[in-house]
Amino acid sequence: MTHVTSGLLAQYDPAGFFDEVLGGDLAGRGVIPIAERLAALELRALQQRSKDAERELFNLGITFLILSDREAIDRILPFDVIPRLISAAEWRHLEAGVKQRVTALNLFLHDVYHDQRILKDGVVPAELILDHPCYVPAMRDIDVPHDTYVHILGIDLVRDAEGTFRVLEDNCRCPSGVSYVVENRHMMQRAFPDLISNIGVRSVDNYGTRLHAALCEIAPKGVDQPRVVLLSPGTYNSAYFEHVFLSREMGVPLVEGGDLVVRDDHVYMKTTDGLTAVEVIYRRIGDDFLDPEAFRSDSMLGVPGLMRAYAKGNVSLANAIGTGVSDDKAVYAYMPRIIRYYLDEDAILPNVETHICREQTGLDYTLSRLKDLVVKPVGEAGGYGITIGPKATSEELAACRERLLADPANYISQPVVPLSVCPTVTDDGIEPRHVDLRPFAVTGRQTWVLPGGLTRVALRKGTLIVNSSQGGGSKDTWVLG
Amino acid sequence: MEKLLARYADAAFWMGRYMERAENLARILDVNETFARDDRGEANWLSIVRLNADEERFFARHTAASAENVLRFYVLDDDNPTSIRTAVRMARENARTLRPLISTEMWSHLNMFHNRMLALRAGDLSLHRLNRVCAEVKESCQAHTGIVEGTFYRDQGWYFYELGRHLERADQTTRLLDVKYHILLPSAQDVGSPLDLSQWNAVLRSAAGYHAYRRVHPRGLTAADVAGFLLFNTAFPRSVTVSMRQVNGLLTELKSRYMLRGGNIASERVDEMLAVIASHSIEQVVASGLHEFLDWLQRQVNTVSDELARSFFGYSTA
Repeated sequence: MTHVTSGLLAQYDPAGFFDEVLGGDLAGRGVIPIAERLAALELRALQQRSKDAERELFNLGITFLILSDREAIDRILPFDVIPRLISAAEWRHLEAGVKQRVTALNLFLHDVYHDQRILKDGVVPAELILDHPCYVPAMRDIDVPHDTYVHILGIDLVRDAEGTFRVLEDNCRCPSGVSYVVENRHMMQRAFPDLISNIGVRSVDNYGTRLHAALCEIAPKGVDQPRVVLLSPGTYNSAYFEHVFLSREMGVPLVEGGDLVVRDDHVYMKTTDGLTAVEVIYRRIGDDFLDPEAFRSDSMLGVPGLMRAYAKGNVSLANAIGTGVSDDKAVYAYMPRIIRYYLDEDAILPNVETHICREQTGLDYTLSRLKDLVVKPVGEAGGYGITIGPKATSEELAACRERLLADPANYISQPVVPLSVCPTVTDDGIEPRHVDLRPFAVTGRQTWVLPGGLTRVALRKGTLIVNSSQGGGSKDTWVLG
Repeated sequence: MEKLLARYADAAFWMGRYMERAENLARILDVNETFARDDRGEANWLSIVRLNADEERFFARHTAASAENVLRFYVLDDDNPTSIRTAVRMARENARTLRPLISTEMWSHLNMFHNRMLALRAGDLSLHRLNRVCAEVKESCQAHTGIVEGTFYRDQGWYFYELGRHLERADQTTRLLDVKYHILLPSAQDVGSPLDLSQWNAVLRSAAGYHAYRRVHPRGLTAADVAGFLLFNTAFPRSVTVSMRQVNGLLTELKSRYMLRGGNIASERVDEMLAVIASHSIEQVVASGLHEFLDWLQRQVNTVSDELARSFFGYSTA
């Protein structure tokens, strides 16, 4: 142990949280050679190299856009050069858990848009699904290739103090971030060949190939070599770089709504030589904006008539329309039961302990422990309306109690998870910072999980919020072979 | 056969045009700085404004066409559609659209060039530093051209990029000649004077054509010879003839290789330009009015550009 905790990491103290590099059984996890290499680095050089790496990301345009009133500003996602490590055994567990979850989500969506057995059996409350704003009645009885609805899934995982991975959220609509996974790796290979070489880190290079293969698998019946396109809201979308990245990795055109046109329920794109048929669309536009004829009529981003073409099976969409019904906080709470219902298995990756306030026991528990719990409204995204018990004033707790009693079905509650940490380069040396993990699963006929995923890191000391809008950055994620 | 999205063709064409425009704007400002060293300095800067037909917009913002105001307007002004910074920004915006198509090196270089342009301040435009700024713009554009040559995949997108670049170059060379025309409408006694000749010399040098000119005309330098060289020479890369022949070759090859049905009117206009060029001598042009001839060429270039847009850039298939 002394050789690992000397040098650069001598003063390092994860302060009781699970540590993604130095936690658990180091030898068993196979991380000692990497920890040794890290320990041997010099802080000043590391800080310099990490600044160089960030400048390169900026110059390469691996950026997201922030729109101000006058112009669009490119920002990089801050990058920390100390990787997050996942052992081979940990990865086998994660991979199995992610596959199980995708399978259950697809079975659930197929059921919801066909027989609705799970609703009739009372496992998930029918009104929770049928009154959900993301439930799309027009999808009822439409068959999608291989019954796959969620072709690209991103699952947000956290790791608690005991080292148990838990699911915090499913992203079944247009999960983003995979471009950073690949680009972070390229950056590490350029900037830190001394750390990464010959250590058996699993490659993330073939994401584009896998994605393209899956998209070809879901082509409409009778189409052997489909034309695949990626549909983006355009250059001013904050995730435009990722759209570029994916279209390049797949070698397919990146189109905007205005590039596509529907004629006789078939989709075409406008080329220099007139119209050309399009059979598969990886869309990075939400359901609402996809087709102004079928959904929001004020959408400038979509393609009029796309839903008609889709319903007739003339074009395939990834992800399918209507998947938003499976990834909100209320449905999330039912996921362990959904998995058991369809697969007769326990969830390999447990949820964060969640109390469903529409159920009496969940409501009672929540009300009795309000100041220890995080209370979340189920309909909101982006952290709105959340009450964090340990940080709330007594007035805020009282207001929260009132809202809970007035509309219990709108809330869930969870304990505060002590997120795991990872050694991170700061101005003051190497310090622990909290991280989460978003693995990506690609499903056409079958499911493949990219080894690793996006590790987001809360760069501000002590904070648990990893979002880029709140000072979050990212790290390379190394799955050891 | 791989199809090209109409919007990409549009963006590639304009990326080529804007980069070529940025380079030529730098050339024009650079040569004008040389002219401005004579005693008519102030008036000379006005000629740049006239040349671009920007009088209205310029004087809405500035009261006098001083060196400082004109340079600020044509280098730094983000709201002036004919400034270098705008050209580079527009090139980069088109490159952003084209990122799925262009090489990472192309994007990254253009991105850094744009950032350097953003960092320019009014103080960098003082006359003794202007030359350095212009040189940097030219070099960055040339580096861009080199990266394109070495890395841009040569499918339809490349053809549209090259079409934009050569069409813009033809246009800009006519404007460069026009600068000289606008600066001095030489009175009879000025023609052939040392000042007149040194200015024609500067026009040539700004187009990097002095040495090439000398190979054709080892002795002497006359206005007609310089204008004739920049318009009609068949080997000088910035001449109107060479640029339009490039356009012609690219368009023909593009249409046949990718079996594109559109673009016939654009081809006819290009043919017409080449026919007029082939049938005129510089003496005839000068006799009937150099400025009028340059004006006609510029209008033809606009027609070709509009026709390409109509045929290939998808505006009509909506």
